[in-house]
Amino acid sequence: MATYQEFIQQQEERDGVRLTWNVWPSSRLEATRLVVPVAALYTPLKERPDLQPVQYDPVVCTRPQCRAILNPCCQVDYRAKIWVCNFCFQRNQFPPQYASITEQHQPAELIQQFSTIEYTITCTELIQQFSTIEYTITVRTADTAQCTDLIQQFFTIEYTITRAQCMPPIFLLVVDTCVDEDELGALKESLQMSLSLMPPNALVGLITFGKMVQVHELGCDGCSKSFVFRGTKDMTARQVQDMLGIGRGGGQQQPQPRAPQPPGAPGQQPGQPAGPQQLNRLAGNQYRSFGSRFLQPLHKCDSNLTDLLGELQRDPWPVPPAKRPLRSTGTALSVAVSLLEVSLGIDSSAKEPSKRCTFPNSGGRIMLFVGGACSQGPGMVLNDDLKNPIRSHNDIEKDNAKYLKKATKHYDALAARAAANGHAVDIYSCALDQTGLLEMKSCCNLTGGHMVMGDSFNSSLFKQTFQRVFAKDQRNEYKMAFNAVVEVKTSREIKVSGCLGPCVSMNNKAANVGETEIGVGGTSQWKFCSLTPNTTPVIALEIVNQHGAPIPQGGRGCLQFITQYQHSSGQKRVRVTTITRNSSMSGIATSQLRRFDFLSWADATTGMPHISAGFDSEAAAVTMGRMAVWRAESAEGRDVLRWVDRMLIRLVQKFGEYNKDDPNSFRLSENFSLYPQFMFHLRRSPFLQVFNNSPDETSFYRHMLMREDLTQSLIMIQPILYSYSFNGPPEPVLLDTSSIQPDRILLMDTFFQILIFHGETIAQWRAAKYQDLPEYENFKQLLEAPVDDAQEILQTRFPMPRYIDTEQGHSQARFLLHKVNPSQTHNNMYAYGGQEGGAPVLTDDVSLQVFMEHLKKLAVSSQA
Amino acid sequence: MQPQPQRYMPPQPGYGPPQGYPQTPGGMRPPGPPRPPMPGGPPGGLPGGPGGPPGGLTAGVAAMNIGSPLMSASAGAGLKSPQGPPGPPGGPRTPLGPPRPPGPPGAAHNGLHSSPMPPAPGAGPQSNGAPSPGGPSLQQRYPTASLPGGTPRAPVGPGASPQPPTRPPLPGQPGVPASAAPGPMPPNMGGPGMRPPMTPGAPHSPMPGMPPSSAPGMAPTGPGMHHSPMPGMPPSSAPGMPPSSVPGMPHSPMPGMPPSSVPGMPPSTMSGMPHSPMPGMPPMPGMPPSSMGGMPPHSPMPGMAPPPTSSASPYGGAPPMPGGPPMPGGPPMQGGPPMAGGPPMPGGPPMPGAGYPPRPGMGHPQPGMAPGMAPGGQMAGPRKLDPDQMPSPIQVMADDQANRSGQFVTNLKGQVPPLTTTQFTVLDQGNASPRLIRSSVYNVPVSPDMLKQTNIPLALSIAPLAELPDGEQPPPVVDLGTLGPVRCIRCKAYMGPFMTFIDGGRRFSCPFCKASTEVPQEYFQHLDHTGQRLDKYERPELCMGAYEYVCTKEYCRNNEFPKPPAYIFVIDVSYNNVKSGLLHLLCNNVKEVLRQLPIDVGQSASSMKVGFITYSNVVHFFNCKPVLAQPQMLVVGDVQDMFVPLVDGLLVDAAEAEAVIDSLMEQLPALFVNTRETEVVLGPAIQAGMEALKAANCSGRLFVFHSSLPSGQAPGQLKNRDDRKVLGSDKEKHVLTPQTQFYNNLGQECVQVGCSVSLFLVNNSYVDLPTIGQVVRLTGGEIFKYTYFQAELDGDRLLRDLSRAVSQPVGFDAIMRVRTSTGVRPVDFHGHFYMSNTTDMELAAIDSSQAVTVELKHDDKLTEEDGVYIQAALLYTACSGQRRLRVLNLSLNVCSQMADLYRSCELDTMTNLMVKQAVSKVLDSSPRAIRDQLTAQCAQILASYRKNCASPSSAGQLILPECMKLLPLYANCILRSDAVSGGPELTIDERSFHMFLSTSLPVRRSVAYLYPRLLPLDTLDVSEPADVLPSPVRSSQDKLHDQGLFLLENGVHMFLWIGLQLGPEAVQDLFGVQSVAQIDVDRPSLPNLDTPLSIRVRGVIDEVRRQRQSHMKLTVVRQRDKLEVVFRHFLVEDKGSDGSASYVDYLCHLHKEIRALLT
Repeated sequence: MATYQEFIQQQEERDGVRLTWNVWPSSRLEATRLVVPVAALYTPLKERPDLQPVQYDPVVCTRPQCRAILNPCCQVDYRAKIWVCNFCFQRNQFPPQYASITEQHQPAELIQQFSTIEYTITCTELIQQFSTIEYTITVRTADTAQCTDLIQQFFTIEYTITRAQCMPPIFLLVVDTCVDEDELGALKESLQMSLSLMPPNALVGLITFGKMVQVHELGCDGCSKSFVFRGTKDMTARQVQDMLGIGRGGGQQQPQPRAPQPPGAPGQQPGQPAGPQQLNRLAGNQYRSFGSRFLQPLHKCDSNLTDLLGELQRDPWPVPPAKRPLRSTGTALSVAVSLLEVSLGIDSSAKEPSKRCTFPNSGGRIMLFVGGACSQGPGMVLNDDLKNPIRSHNDIEKDNAKYLKKATKHYDALAARAAANGHAVDIYSCALDQTGLLEMKSCCNLTGGHMVMGDSFNSSLFKQTFQRVFAKDQRNEYKMAFNAVVEVKTSREIKVSGCLGPCVSMNNKAANVGETEIGVGGTSQWKFCSLTPNTTPVIALEIVNQHGAPIPQGGRGCLQFITQYQHSSGQKRVRVTTITRNSSMSGIATSQLRRFDFLSWADATTGMPHISAGFDSEAAAVTMGRMAVWRAESAEGRDVLRWVDRMLIRLVQKFGEYNKDDPNSFRLSENFSLYPQFMFHLRRSPFLQVFNNSPDETSFYRHMLMREDLTQSLIMIQPILYSYSFNGPPEPVLLDTSSIQPDRILLMDTFFQILIFHGETIAQWRAAKYQDLPEYENFKQLLEAPVDDAQEILQTRFPMPRYIDTEQGHSQARFLLHKVNPSQTHNNMYAYGGQEGGAPVLTDDVSLQVFMEHLKKLAVSSQA
Repeated sequence: MQPQPQRYMPPQPGYGPPQGYPQTPGGMRPPGPPRPPMPGGPPGGLPGGPGGPPGGLTAGVAAMNIGSPLMSASAGAGLKSPQGPPGPPGGPRTPLGPPRPPGPPGAAHNGLHSSPMPPAPGAGPQSNGAPSPGGPSLQQRYPTASLPGGTPRAPVGPGASPQPPTRPPLPGQPGVPASAAPGPMPPNMGGPGMRPPMTPGAPHSPMPGMPPSSAPGMAPTGPGMHHSPMPGMPPSSAPGMPPSSVPGMPHSPMPGMPPSSVPGMPPSTMSGMPHSPMPGMPPMPGMPPSSMGGMPPHSPMPGMAPPPTSSASPYGGAPPMPGGPPMPGGPPMQGGPPMAGGPPMPGGPPMPGAGYPPRPGMGHPQPGMAPGMAPGGQMAGPRKLDPDQMPSPIQVMADDQANRSGQFVTNLKGQVPPLTTTQFTVLDQGNASPRLIRSSVYNVPVSPDMLKQTNIPLALSIAPLAELPDGEQPPPVVDLGTLGPVRCIRCKAYMGPFMTFIDGGRRFSCPFCKASTEVPQEYFQHLDHTGQRLDKYERPELCMGAYEYVCTKEYCRNNEFPKPPAYIFVIDVSYNNVKSGLLHLLCNNVKEVLRQLPIDVGQSASSMKVGFITYSNVVHFFNCKPVLAQPQMLVVGDVQDMFVPLVDGLLVDAAEAEAVIDSLMEQLPALFVNTRETEVVLGPAIQAGMEALKAANCSGRLFVFHSSLPSGQAPGQLKNRDDRKVLGSDKEKHVLTPQTQFYNNLGQECVQVGCSVSLFLVNNSYVDLPTIGQVVRLTGGEIFKYTYFQAELDGDRLLRDLSRAVSQPVGFDAIMRVRTSTGVRPVDFHGHFYMSNTTDMELAAIDSSQAVTVELKHDDKLTEEDGVYIQAALLYTACSGQRRLRVLNLSLNVCSQMADLYRSCELDTMTNLMVKQAVSKVLDSSPRAIRDQLTAQCAQILASYRKNCASPSSAGQLILPECMKLLPLYANCILRSDAVSGGPELTIDERSFHMFLSTSLPVRRSVAYLYPRLLPLDTLDVSEPADVLPSPVRSSQDKLHDQGLFLLENGVHMFLWIGLQLGPEAVQDLFGVQSVAQIDVDRPSLPNLDTPLSIRVRGVIDEVRRQRQSHMKLTVVRQRDKLEVVFRHFLVEDKGSDGSASYVDYLCHLHKEIRALLT
């Protein structure tokens, strides 16, 4: 029946999960020898058109330390109306509304194919993010006594029973005005257009910046009003609050509070100054009304905002010759973060999480549009003197980047704040030069925001990409979710090492948090301020079972991913994915495994073949790729490469078949055979090679690798190449110089670029316009085929890739030549086949063949 | 005559004498009479008088009065100065010179005088005091009358006026007088010391005249002087002068003079002197003569009352005219006279001569004479002193108006100008108009010792941009193109009328530092045979005292021509201002106000920019760029670190951006209608304006409309330390000192940018003006205060003040330096400006209503030949953006005789300085110390006069120099002013307001500020044009009466006092109600009724406001209302409710001090 391949594919489709090892070693010791850690690539919002969210709250294990959710793997005693948690083995009573369940009449969450299920929940606090405990506080489902207990323990009454409001998303536009007139014009158009794409109930705000930072008040008639901040000064949220007059007496200038006056609040008499108490109430009012005149529902301020955008002028401050304009990106972003904080009543200074936010769960995006590097104030990347170019990798290596550390620190802090508030930061950077993405990267990386790098706001790359931010799925729902928390429940033998993805730690020190840290560790919960259906973190796990200890009861390893998030409609939802396997003892044939049991425990000594058979080289490549990138952020490039090499060698040593010291005897099993090639391309990829890339580009590439799903990530690591010829249908070909043939058209997808390469002959034909001749219709079709395919990719890819149409010998062909395996170079072009055709590449890089030679040699070496 | 005076005396003890005069006035003859008495009197009188006085003197008061008369005499002299010029009769002077020698006699005189003086005082004072009522007027009339008839005058002059007498005196003193005088003098003394001479003079030749003169004597002194000068007319003066000179010169002068002088006169004088002295003098004996002859008479005049007139006139004549010039000669005043004064004053020759001589003579004699007065028996009666006998400012002003109105030609060095209250026009012929620059002394002592001894302050009050009345041309603008102003190579003084060209016109020599500088080639011009450049009269800078240069880039900030300056309206939009209606009011009227932006000469429209900033706890900027569809509001909440959020658009051309501004003004009230902000900031708002100007790279002024204590969290946050109880106590300085240096520093920063701050305070509680006002003070701004502002009541006032503030002539980003010729230098500066070094006043702006006062000190000896030259240069940016330099030149005489000094004092300027000095001491001294110090200074001034210039007289006699007869009154006024001694009845802010106000007052305003004007309205003649003011009466409760209706104003406050018995018709006509009780006293204006009375009264009020250039709030006070206390506070001659002394009491007190100094 199912092969591993099929099983894996099915798993991915249904649950959005890919594991590096589908059969797990039974002990910690054995696990460490696997070299590639056990890890799951989990796509929390995997698009599942067939999956309808259920309209009730999940049933939660009552053990305070567990709080896992009822799932198909749980043992259920239908008669006693009791279920046993498969993580902690706690016996739980079903809640009253489950009284009628029987084996024939099961709730969805108990049905096997609902290993992934989505709940729409009604109680705000279910999503409490700081401790699993609050998780149980579902007023309707928890038993009353328990509930009361918990309430006393963790919440004030009012706080808990507040019903979740349907929270609209927030979009705060932060626009750079230090750009050329036509750039600004294009940007304004895009922004105005985007208003029509946003949900009408969304709260929208506008901040513009140049030398100064202006926060625009929306909904003013007769006199446009904005609050101005000095671009050179960083401000705390409190200062911003004071200056904007939010939450204080000054806020009363607001036309009228939209929230009803709290009952009993004495009406303000104009004559008397508001006392502190009244002010507090007023402040409360404002939070209720979603903070203010700076964030207004789109349907209310649409025309106003359109006008405002239309009237945007370039930054008027004169720029002396040989100077850059003064651009206060750092301050603008800081103000934006603060604005959202204060508008939503978030007290970023509060230590205690529960007090931190008076009005939680309002996800939002800060959309930052920059046309250049920040040149003053906090977060300044370079100064305004054109004499000093922006830092390069070389400068960074030589510690010559004067502002790097300080700026990075500034943006890191902002990112942390935004993340803590549940707000994503998108950066849309469009400039020919760098704009400081290196410094700002954590804003996107920690919050799950988008990072888009383009040349111009006037390019379709930007325009399309930006439109796609507001793309909708088949159900006409926005492909974005906010303020998500992903939690991982594990059975006892497994612990969580960390997460590699666009997230921040929630710092919950649950029992299943492992000792080793990979990526964002030390927690089993992570916050993703923004999720797209593609967002796929790698969750690294570790096996903690001691060597020789019995295989756990039932022999099943269980993982439960619980993702709570704010749906773009404002609903609070929880998606639960549970995967679990029987323990696979030695001797059980693959074919005997039940469908469910591919993920299995394997005794290290006896089960190695099973383990080996359960290896997913694609998942492993992505996992290792991300680990390498994670390391590259802090370590030096060469060390990372060495680490990649070492890990590869150790893996093939472990799983290859060979005779010692005989490279020729070396063989790898089928499911490992692609892995070295992935590693070869990973080593050559811009993720680890910074040569010829600007720091910004590197940051951008790495950013994308850390978040995309497995397929996309793999494309990034090893681009795919299709060949179109008269010889047959399009076929994937080796990413090798040998694939470059005069009579072929190549389509390369590197994720970041879509490149169509016309072989020499084809190019000549095309130049001769044969395609226009009726008799060469087939040639025309050949020419069109890759273009159509490319369009298809372009339609769906986010961000929009750079589209390149080139031909043999053309300068743009370098993108292809740069990627292909240099099996033919100027060094060996006469040695290797001239018969193959192909095009030599001018490089000294080693080719895959050479790489493999060395790998074999090292793998079999007894000295290693 | 004697009887009369005596009678008077008795009735009015110390004052008696004065009264006597007044009464005498009845028959101007009094003079005549006086003499008789004098003679007799002196002998007996003296003893008796003096004796009596002494006794009375003990009281001390009496003396005072007397003094004043004398004073008047001197004053007269001063006035004459003008005549002096004419005096050219160098000849005469010379002669006089000799006479002077007699000076020594002076000493003797003193002795004599002393005795005579007493009487004189008695008389004098009376004349003065009483005169004011009857006497004075009479006298004046006389003079006037006399004027018409050259001869008559002479008589008058001699008698009343002065000049003749003066001269006579001199001569008399020196020569014959001595001998003759002695005899006569005494007699005179008996009467009025001086008078006698006068009288004599009059009697003799112009008997008729004399009488008048005598009568006038006192008054005349003043008036007389004035007249003569006023006329400036050779004729009149001539007459007067001649006589005087003649007299003075008797012998030699006579000859010379004769011609000039009217024959009649001379003789009279001559005779007067000799004779009179002789006759009158007899009593005087040795001394008397001297005194008599020369100045003595004058001084004695005072003392003598009668004589004073004559003497006074002489003095007057002398001082002014000759005063300076003659003085040079020193003793031989005449010598001097001939000198400068003489020559120049062709027409005047005789006059001057006369004048001078007299002076000199006077000077010497004066000492003796002047002092003379008071002590007498009058003194005895101090307690019963009649306030009306006291020297009266009303009278002095009236006299000055009568004598000196007309044209004032500034072609002579050291001319004492008319009072600021006098209507006159200035013809600039080498010295700047007294409206622009005034000196406290026009005859500077040669050495510092004399100044030190007399304690007379030497100061200049400079109002460089003062508005000139119609008929006077503004200073011409000189544009030398790229050459720029021509300057002395060493001291950098600017080319002016005092520069002398040498070496065929190739070089010029600077009177300030004596350096000679090469004339730039472009500027070269040949000299004529007199050594004057041929183009002298084509170039204003060579022939005028005030003119302007167009500056080159070197005179501009950063060497760039400035942009047109800007006005920024900085409006507090906190709850208070919205509630009080201020915001609405401003928004509704800004349009009108903006139409009044100042227009520079030669422009057709104003090029000034305007901008708007509002603030509460944050600051809002408004972008009003004309291209915008609607204004943009930019809010800066970063009050800790203010900055300007926009590049252009904040400052716009009011006309171009009219539509946007209109729309803004519509929006503003709506924007803040619901504000409840009460925590207001101020510092950041001012910083905002300053930064805006800085960013726009232009200078300008902020009009800040502020409501409350800046308690908002921001730089410049202040805490409430309101404790008005400490006002008036030694602790007051704690609350009057800024609580933080923030506003001082801010002010300095503003100055660096050329940003002036004017504050419109519309507070209804404590705002700590002592602290926030600093920024106004340092930046040359003004404070307008509207306590408990309500738009419907005070709106009109505020708008008018605003309109005036916006429209008045103003200069920006100014720097002023006063250069003086070697020997003196400016040492102390008062006013609203900042100084970063010891010489330059940095004025972010200066407007027409402000003045600075500069105190000068000797740093070396002066020489009489050179005189003292002063050049005040104001470098500023005009409202068109043109960078200009206004240069004011003034030349003063130098004297070696103390009497000359006393004769040429300008009391108003002096008091102007004294107020400012007193205010500046408030912060580091105690109220008591300030009071004592001021009193001590006055005492020393007067004592030193008495000791050195007046003829000896009884110690009980108070003798006041003519020029300073109001000094005690003004000193008392200073001490009572809110600025100096405001007590707990004021708020701290109020007190501070007055302190700031007084610091920048020009003389014109300080006079009114110190001595409020009380206008009787119940006797208005409704048939007169509406803007004709009734004659003021003394600021005393005695003048009020139940049926009365009075208007009291001092340029800051205005009260309408309604007697309870005011006729019902009047009430109906004025207020539209039946009875006084029904009048709504809370209304800030009179109802607009179409009755003649209402129209007339409102006309008066409008006229007063126009004169003061301030829309003073009209407070209606009903007799016996609670408010009456406040009203009475301004009746400065009365005892204050806070225990401050009445005029009379203070006079007594001062006299005591003087006596203490003398013994």
